[in-house]
Amino acid sequence: MASNVTDFTHDFAILNQWVNDESLTYLDNAATAQKPQQVIDALTHFYQHDNANVHRGVHTLAERATEQYEAARGKLQHFINAAEPAEVIFTKGATDGLNLVASTYGEAHVQAGDEIVISIMEHHSNLIPWQQLAIKKHATLKYIGLTADGELDLADAARKITDKTKIVALTHASNVLGTITPLKEVAKIAHQHGAVIVGDGAQAAPHIPVDVQDLNVDFYAFSGHKMMGPTGIGVLYGKRDLLEHTEPYQYGGEMIDFVTRDKSTWTQLPWKFEAGTQNIAGAIGLGAAVDYLESIGMAQVAAHEQHLVNYLLPKLLDLDYLEVYGPHDPAKHTGVIAFNLKGIHPHDVATALDMDGVAVRAGHHCAQPLMKELHQAATARASFYLYNTQADADRLLKAIQEAKEFFSHGSVETK
Amino acid sequence: MGLSKLNSLYREVILDHSDHPHHKHPLADSTSNITLKNPTCGDVINLDIKLDDHDRIADIGFTGDGCTISQSSASMMTDAVMGKSKEQALHMAKTFSDMVMGKQHPQKDLDELEDAAILSSVMQFPARIKCATLSWWALQRALMREEDQDQKTEPKED
Repeated sequence: MASNVTDFTHDFAILNQWVNDESLTYLDNAATAQKPQQVIDALTHFYQHDNANVHRGVHTLAERATEQYEAARGKLQHFINAAEPAEVIFTKGATDGLNLVASTYGEAHVQAGDEIVISIMEHHSNLIPWQQLAIKKHATLKYIGLTADGELDLADAARKITDKTKIVALTHASNVLGTITPLKEVAKIAHQHGAVIVGDGAQAAPHIPVDVQDLNVDFYAFSGHKMMGPTGIGVLYGKRDLLEHTEPYQYGGEMIDFVTRDKSTWTQLPWKFEAGTQNIAGAIGLGAAVDYLESIGMAQVAAHEQHLVNYLLPKLLDLDYLEVYGPHDPAKHTGVIAFNLKGIHPHDVATALDMDGVAVRAGHHCAQPLMKELHQAATARASFYLYNTQADADRLLKAIQEAKEFFSHGSVETK
Repeated sequence: MGLSKLNSLYREVILDHSDHPHHKHPLADSTSNITLKNPTCGDVINLDIKLDDHDRIADIGFTGDGCTISQSSASMMTDAVMGKSKEQALHMAKTFSDMVMGKQHPQKDLDELEDAAILSSVMQFPARIKCATLSWWALQRALMREEDQDQKTEPKED
């Protein structure tokens, strides 16, 4: 069985280390992913050979930097199958992209009495921008609920989205429940009511094939660092027609056409939304991450994680002292698995796991309304990626068992 | 190796306090209270303090949910500061936060912390220092706020 899982760990030097006298098992990928050598090399190469500002100089380095920056945009365009590079805006990350949409398109189109519809499983980054916009505009914020096993309740979506709805914002994959939402179906419902749909792809784009045209989303935001790229870089996809009719997010260099004493005009897409010097190296590094992921194939990435979940989830569900959140059917579960050891605080669990070299997250996962829905203050969360192996799953299981023993007896020397 | 290092953090006295916390109840007649959140995990502590006419802690109680470390730390804190003057309690809070950051303090300061001194072991678990200091920080904030209010109310505006 183990032979079915390809080992990619050799590309990730960081994984080859000891923490707390144990070899590292990194299972905090939903927080941030590790970077393959190819991405680190791309960053180093850029700074060692090509560093210059883009779209500004006529000298050779400026030309090279511009070419690589725009080539990265092209890679991202193909990665999500956007119709053209102009629809791919570089941002700081998913949070930045979602805030951009809320404060430009949202600001212009949401009026008093309108509705914004999101789901109860949203990360704070796809919740607070809409909540604050609703408060400011005297609009109503509505939440789509969950089914009993933690999936998005599509029937509830159909009820909540009405002709008053201007914006529907929905995560593509939950950072807690490990569910993939029916984004395409919800987009259809939104469009039937004349609303736009904003997808939060932070937990989806790194793990499953994403086709923004097939999903028919109007905006789609994701982060580079969760898909093996550098931190501080991300992408906002928007349909050209919507972006054309949306005012800039920030003003400054690079995004203008003509500036006089009294007024300014904006340059064309996508640069209209990229004021100031961008994270050039970050974009190029993200392009290298896309190259890496595509050399494997996103379908293969998804299959690898599915294989691990098929192996691990039933074993976790067998442990009677463990509570696992989200769907129990492995086929419906991404590599994000939130759980609690009954009667033991997840912070204590995470410390115990860390002593066994297993890195997991413990906390509210920036999804406090969802935590409330689950009646939990916090959970532990293990999240897998391409470079994780079945051995990592086994080490998590063993560490959970040891943590359970430790906190039952208050010591490892069981007497 | 493995979980053996955990023994130094989860000592018996800590587990006792966390399983059977002392003074874990709200006070009906508090003179000061505060609610604080541990931003890393969302744990919440509500702390009620009752100062007598001589600025001594006549009663103290806490409520809230949290991990073993935050719950036992709150329990040990309430034991240690009960009956102490405001000034002494603030000094103890300073000692505690210095201690878990690894700063040296005279033994008599540490003795004053009673059971709470055992949490010096949390130093080896940097990610958990905030769990240990949350209740002491709440104590400090509540007492300082009380001081602010005293100064403000001295002219007796209403």
